[in-house]
Amino acid sequence: MSRIAVPDPAAIAALRQRHPEVFRRSWRGRVVTLALLAALVGFAAFAMVRLEFSATRILAGLGRLGEFAILMLPPDSGDRAGAFLLALGETLAIAFLGTLAAALMAFPVAFLAARNVVPNPFVHFTVRRGLDVIRSVDVLIWALIWINVVGLGPFAGALAIACADFGALGKLFSEAMETVDRKAGEGVSASGGTVLHRIRFGVVPAVLPVLGSQVLYFFESNTRSATIIGIVGAGGVGQYLTELIRVLELQQVSFLILLILVTVTAIDLVSSRLRRALIGGQAR
Amino acid sequence: MTKRITPLAPDRVHALSGAYAGAIATTRRRNGVTLAVILGLIVLSAWVAEVRPLVFARNIGRFTAYIGQILPHLTFANFGGDVADWYWGLPKWLGLLGETILMAYLGTLLGAAAAFALCFAAAANIARTRTGCFVAKRVFEFCRTVPEIVFALLFVIAFGLGPMVGVLALAIHTTGALGKLFAEVIENIDMKPVESLTAAGANRVETIRFAVLPQVLSNFASYGLLRFEINVRGAGVMGFVGAGGIGQEFLVAIRNFYDTDVSAILVLIILTVMGIDLATERLRHHLLGLTR
Repeated sequence: MSRIAVPDPAAIAALRQRHPEVFRRSWRGRVVTLALLAALVGFAAFAMVRLEFSATRILAGLGRLGEFAILMLPPDSGDRAGAFLLALGETLAIAFLGTLAAALMAFPVAFLAARNVVPNPFVHFTVRRGLDVIRSVDVLIWALIWINVVGLGPFAGALAIACADFGALGKLFSEAMETVDRKAGEGVSASGGTVLHRIRFGVVPAVLPVLGSQVLYFFESNTRSATIIGIVGAGGVGQYLTELIRVLELQQVSFLILLILVTVTAIDLVSSRLRRALIGGQAR
Repeated sequence: MTKRITPLAPDRVHALSGAYAGAIATTRRRNGVTLAVILGLIVLSAWVAEVRPLVFARNIGRFTAYIGQILPHLTFANFGGDVADWYWGLPKWLGLLGETILMAYLGTLLGAAAAFALCFAAAANIARTRTGCFVAKRVFEFCRTVPEIVFALLFVIAFGLGPMVGVLALAIHTTGALGKLFAEVIENIDMKPVESLTAAGANRVETIRFAVLPQVLSNFASYGLLRFEINVRGAGVMGFVGAGGIGQEFLVAIRNFYDTDVSAILVLIILTVMGIDLATERLRHHLLGLTR
């Protein structure tokens, strides 16, 4: 039977002497780590005081949440399953139209924001900052603005999603275009193609699958945001959700939430399939 | 001396161009079908979503008019005075913005802590039991899929109005979003250090501390910062349902047509979000660059 040789203390001491830097405790690193942690926790404590956290309120609230959880079971449609499904369809339509419109608007603008397509730094800097401004406004705020223009309803929701995603997709599209292989474009230019030819045959075929997969991904996340857009009155299932929570019809709330979860999961599955097909098609 | 290229035999040319035309026709047909499906979906969803192009065309002028309406009346002669007039509520708004950022910070921190505590159970490569892994992943999925504002709606009723509710809602959503990302980071680590520590007899905590954490910590921090940036945006609208932050003030302004207030608060929100965007991007590049 073989035994593992345990090094004797003398050998360990010799090792320590030979490699002092491995065994030396780095006090500086520890102090920095501790200070960072203390700062994080200290700031959190300050935030809790400032935002009026109170243990009694949390405990009382948790008790009430427990009651809610019991009241939510079993999920029950309350004979309104048809209306809920219709609202869910509206939600999906909002997400689909919004994403598509955003993609169609972002596609041409992204060329202007891509450094390798428009070499003028002034143009792409301006376009980028513009996209940043649009992106930093939340979709609910866009919804409020559009409600003032086209009135309450799902149309305002679709426009809000289109606007909010226009900024985000424009940024992602231009980044995808910047990472494209230059060789194809150079080949087109060398054989006498104009700038438009270069874009059409050197850039677009390479980025199209990537853009498609990004659009699908946004569609997924937009089905989530389209469920809440009804909170401000812009159509979809959110309107029901707000109302039902306000009047504490908790069984219907849980039914609706389950419905949303199922729909979102289904959309996720379909679109991740499609995405894989798109990206796989490019690799082959 | 010139060399001539012998042209292909006519039947060969015919066969090749025929094959080319066939290949092109197949792709064309497939693209056509895809396009038709998309168009059909557009028409269907436009009908469901009550898209009214005519109303839109008629009212698009209202959009620009509205933008013009909410913009302040600034004159060159009395520029300072006009700006002061526009931002009459600056101290109050800055306080609310500070509250919004604190909400985002606390929500991110609490959510990240919960995600950190759970992510080791959810990562398939170091999870102890399969059921634990499955349960943790489903918990993350639930927290992630229910939008934070829905949590806020429920919590407002349970806990009462105020920023604490917004923090809790953000924290739960953050737990789901970060937990998934953290678990994915752990699933992509190099397993050799883990194996060698296990072979040397380390227990689970020691393995995680010395084999897993050094590989993932910088990625965790980077994702945490990214989430903070997203949460600042989310905290800005928490006030729409009474969960604290600047959202309430904005909602009041837009519903009551306090037009210049709308633009003033909007500009403040945009500046804050963009500033935090830039700052976290710097920090993240720094973090990932240092460890690479």
